Amino acid sequence: MRKIKELIIEKTLLTSALITIAVTVGIILVLSIEAVQFFNEVSIFDFLTDTQWTPLFTEKHFGILPLLSGTLLTSFIAIAVALPIGLSISIYLSEYAPRNFRKTVKPLLELLASIPTVVYGFFALIVVTPFLQQFIPNLAGFNSLSAGIVMGIMIIPYISSISEDALHAVPSSLREASYGMGATKLQTAFKVIVPAASSGIIVSIILAISRAIGETMIVAIAAGQQPRLTLDPTVPVETITAYIVQVSLGDVQHGSLEYRTIFAAGITLFVFTFLLNTISYRIRKKYQEKYE
Amino acid sequence: MKKLVCLLSLALTLGACGDKKEKKDGAGSMTGTIKIDGSSTVFPITEAVAEEFRTAQPDVRVTIGVSGTGGGFNKFSRGETNISNASRPIKDQEKAICEENNINYIELEVAYDGLAVLVNPENTWVDSFTVEELKKIWEPAAQGTIMKWNQIRPEWPNEEIHLYGPGVASGTYDYFTEAVVGKSGSSRGDFTASEDDHVLVQGIAGDKYSLGFFGLAYYAENKDKLTLIGVNNGTEVVKPTLETVKNGAYFPLSRPLFIYVNSTSVKFTEVVEFVNYYLDNAGELSTDVGYIPLPAELYTKQKEAFKTFVESNK
Repeated sequence: MRKIKELIIEKTLLTSALITIAVTVGIILVLSIEAVQFFNEVSIFDFLTDTQWTPLFTEKHFGILPLLSGTLLTSFIAIAVALPIGLSISIYLSEYAPRNFRKTVKPLLELLASIPTVVYGFFALIVVTPFLQQFIPNLAGFNSLSAGIVMGIMIIPYISSISEDALHAVPSSLREASYGMGATKLQTAFKVIVPAASSGIIVSIILAISRAIGETMIVAIAAGQQPRLTLDPTVPVETITAYIVQVSLGDVQHGSLEYRTIFAAGITLFVFTFLLNTISYRIRKKYQEKYE
Repeated sequence: MKKLVCLLSLALTLGACGDKKEKKDGAGSMTGTIKIDGSSTVFPITEAVAEEFRTAQPDVRVTIGVSGTGGGFNKFSRGETNISNASRPIKDQEKAICEENNINYIELEVAYDGLAVLVNPENTWVDSFTVEELKKIWEPAAQGTIMKWNQIRPEWPNEEIHLYGPGVASGTYDYFTEAVVGKSGSSRGDFTASEDDHVLVQGIAGDKYSLGFFGLAYYAENKDKLTLIGVNNGTEVVKPTLETVKNGAYFPLSRPLFIYVNSTSVKFTEVVEFVNYYLDNAGELSTDVGYIPLPAELYTKQKEAFKTFVESNK
């Protein structure tokens, strides 16, 4: 009897694991099949080199670069905001803050990640953009700057929390040795602890980047919907995710070339996040070996 | 922020209420199918009417195609449809085919459609546009070349022009491109295109160098954030208002919308019921979907005309 019970439990667990894998494989298959059909009609060379993206209009161009530049620009701004702030927070919490303070502040910071992104999006559109317009009069109503800044705030906990774990995991012996050599607290933190935890910090940054690249609502609401190949943060841009949202909301005919563009865009996005996740996985493995 | 959350929850509650209303109105007794085809611009109004009608008469099937006004008349003149949606009056040629096939019909106006051309309130240089200027800005050839205000008129600033307009899925887009560029669905592609008019309002309201267009209904809601620009109709500069849209002075960006009902169809009570329901509710529903309603007395008048038409074809 007990054996049967064990067997049932084992099989159930296996099934749930298999379902997850099956779903992932299914998604990749659907993405690839539709994307292959897309690339039958549009050459991959045009897709990667054309500087215009206007698949829904009379003059059709299928260059992913404007969408890609929008995605990378907003992500870059987000990282530029989140990295210094997130890292400072993690160093402070791990090396300077009293234990009780750390215990309260860390969960509070992680709250930032639990705010719905649609709320962040409207915050960027109706609070941050008008505020920035006081200093930058040419700032358009939709722009990558405020979307990027708010996205940066959203991903702070990804960097601060994981980096803090990494810093905290550095063995005390290193800290003590450093003090023993006569180093100050600041020197210890930046010259000893941060380098020792560097792989963990890098993993946190990569996770934050892949979160920023895949982020949808904030950029769809605040960054605009005009594919434009530019590095100017003050004008409207469109990210890959925002384009997919836009087309999904319209009534583009299923099975048409216009419809397949979202899969081509989707697979580009997938390639990026997949690469980033693989890199972070590799680094994390290396890091675990180091301290076990 | 708090206000926004309040608004959101309010919207959710209201949305939830809306769903419950259905089925309450008591099931109707009619059956049958009503076939409608034609203009995609009139489609939203007809669809809204059909949706409401479904709650009153759940057993009547209403099918609505979007072959365009011409395609719709094509089928209508062969007697294949009961009702045709049209964003222009029937052409002489189409009339002739109807006569050949012994199709009599009645033309009913259901709403007006007006398009507003808008800029940011901080824009001090634009006082009006001509249709040629709008065409120069929006035609496919402008893509990537007409990028600055001073390319339209030399005295306008040497600054980038930021364009906002409805997306290709929008009837407003078809209409604007047809009226301005000359071919429906033909325009440049490098502008902020959104089916959500609120996005366009936000975009134009927050961008000094913006220019955009959308249905007049949305301008009425956002008068304080946008500046309405008059369009030269060939003789004078006219701004769209209820008046100028109704009397046709705001040309070419306004027009009446029609439905055509054929005489054999009015033998079926469900068609008569549907058309009456249409005229009763078109005022309210056309506003909901972004159009301008006719004066109330026009609906009553047309209802009477339709009644006579039904009587004479029994």
